[in-house]
Amino acid sequence: MKFNFWHDRRIPLAWLLLTRQPLRLLVAIAGICFAGILMFMQLGFRDGLFDASVTVHKLFDTDLVLMSPRSMSSISMSGFPRRRLVQAMAHEDVIGTTPVNWNFLLWRNPKTLSTRAILALGFEPNDPLLLDPSFRQKAKSLKNSGRVLFDVLSREEFGPIERWFSEGKNIETEVAGKRVRVSGLVSLGPSFGADGNLITSRETFLKLLPSTPPGSIEIGLIRLKPEADTRKVIESLSRSLPNDVKVFSRQEFIDFEKNYWRTSTSIGFIFTLGAAMGFVVGCVIVYQILYSDVSDHLAEYATLMAMGYKLKSLFGVVAREGIFLAILGFVPAYISAQVLYALIRGSTKLPVAMDSQRVFLIFFLILFMCMASASVAMRRLIDADPAEIF
Amino acid sequence: MVNLEKSKDKQNPTVFIDSLSHWYGKGITRKQVLYSVSMRIEPGEVVLLTGPSGCGKTTLLTLIGALRTVDKGRLIVLGRELQGSTRKTRQLLRKNIGMIFQGHNLLRCLTAEQNVQMGSDLLSDLSYRSRRDRARQWLRAVGLEDQMDKLPHDLSGGQKQRVAIARALSAQPKLLLADEPTSALDSVTGREIVSLLKRLAIEQRCSVLMVTHDPRILDVADRLIKMEDGRLLPVIE
Repeated sequence: MKFNFWHDRRIPLAWLLLTRQPLRLLVAIAGICFAGILMFMQLGFRDGLFDASVTVHKLFDTDLVLMSPRSMSSISMSGFPRRRLVQAMAHEDVIGTTPVNWNFLLWRNPKTLSTRAILALGFEPNDPLLLDPSFRQKAKSLKNSGRVLFDVLSREEFGPIERWFSEGKNIETEVAGKRVRVSGLVSLGPSFGADGNLITSRETFLKLLPSTPPGSIEIGLIRLKPEADTRKVIESLSRSLPNDVKVFSRQEFIDFEKNYWRTSTSIGFIFTLGAAMGFVVGCVIVYQILYSDVSDHLAEYATLMAMGYKLKSLFGVVAREGIFLAILGFVPAYISAQVLYALIRGSTKLPVAMDSQRVFLIFFLILFMCMASASVAMRRLIDADPAEIF
Repeated sequence: MVNLEKSKDKQNPTVFIDSLSHWYGKGITRKQVLYSVSMRIEPGEVVLLTGPSGCGKTTLLTLIGALRTVDKGRLIVLGRELQGSTRKTRQLLRKNIGMIFQGHNLLRCLTAEQNVQMGSDLLSDLSYRSRRDRARQWLRAVGLEDQMDKLPHDLSGGQKQRVAIARALSAQPKLLLADEPTSALDSVTGREIVSLLKRLAIEQRCSVLMVTHDPRILDVADRLIKMEDGRLLPVIE
């Protein structure tokens, strides 16, 4: 038999039970909304941090990356001989390489004069480094010694470099105790490991950090012919190069870094636990609301049973209350989370953004939370004995 | 479904009870409340059941209303045997029995009209619109056409009991059970409610069994049954 909604619909009892007690409904929505926001925040932070750990990694113009097997992550890079890149050049599919030095140096804020660690990248200004096409032009200024390009997305603690630069000021400050001059601005973005970034030439880099052996680099970028088979090149390079380097594809290089933060730190666990707490708090709140709602209306449910309503259809009323609560709680949680994400992006510059997968996940978590609580609250209905109301 | 022998009667009785006994509790605290009760109610009959409190009237009413399981004896309501009946049978049977309670037992979150429609909503083959029209029609019949959108909270005791009557009748019951419907009302309103109940029941050819100890309304009954200590007393015409 076809179910015709318009024809067969009944009094929307679940909706009326909820809305005729606006205060209780408000408390319930606030509780679910709170749980939802908590989950949005925790999971947003977690994914944001993992994404933030690779902001710079994603910008490199490369197909393959060489790294020392002793490098664990962007905050603990080890060097390997630059010669390995020259050896890689011998492969027929390789069309270009860029040696890059990578280390943390102390930057002196030119305004407050306090120092702070900044990620410094050193490369040959003639080599391609970033995908951004306007970068090549900016890189030319690095051919003079003692020049750096400053990342405008760095945290504010590094000083008002962007404003001063656009005002035409000549910005000179100290990096690792040596004088440098900001000759241009780039947009990279802070990552979880680095609060700010600067790019300089290898020559300047070695001056700033004289302990670096001149033949040693931290990462080597390798560009391939467009028609080359990346997998095959990786295999043949891995075979031909000594085992003091490891060959990564671009994606593996990004995943390697993300994986470090996911598995070797407690970040993933902490934020997932935070989200789980939100879930549990939400369950308790919804359960309390639905349970007291069923208890308060027990005589009315018993009356309905005496009139001939099935116990199942009364279960349906409680279940629908759960669904309504889930939807009514999710919408404000989603809107608040969007606002909070924007605030977080503004203040921490972390790439915390709403992604549809997380939206669905949290919606289903909230729905599950409400339905689980509703099904526990339903057990109270079994106590409704229609014989008792006479 | 059990049909009674047609040779004895031209029509099946609405309620047929034969030596029905009932106990409350278990083990040593088990207490008998009904002793071998036998009676019948014919279609369209209005029967009043009186007796001192605690004599088992309400127990008998809940048994007929298919709200309890039958311990011993035969109980047939609207052609259905209730001895050994399943939960499903009782639920389906209850759809055909209207009930009016001592407290009105209206749903607090619904308006008068919606409360009555909770009754007509049980008629699942009607459309929403016709179930709603039915609810309105019954509210008119009990004289509350101006109070349709009020919540029970805003209605007087007599008005609430009228809504309860409209709700019970809107499901087209063939049997109406009422437990002291007038106890919360003053004498004039009580009298009015019972007369209304009787008139509407007769129009619907619906049998009525009403428990009361209000002596002022005894004259509306076709038949009066007295009960004492779980036994029916000899019938007085």
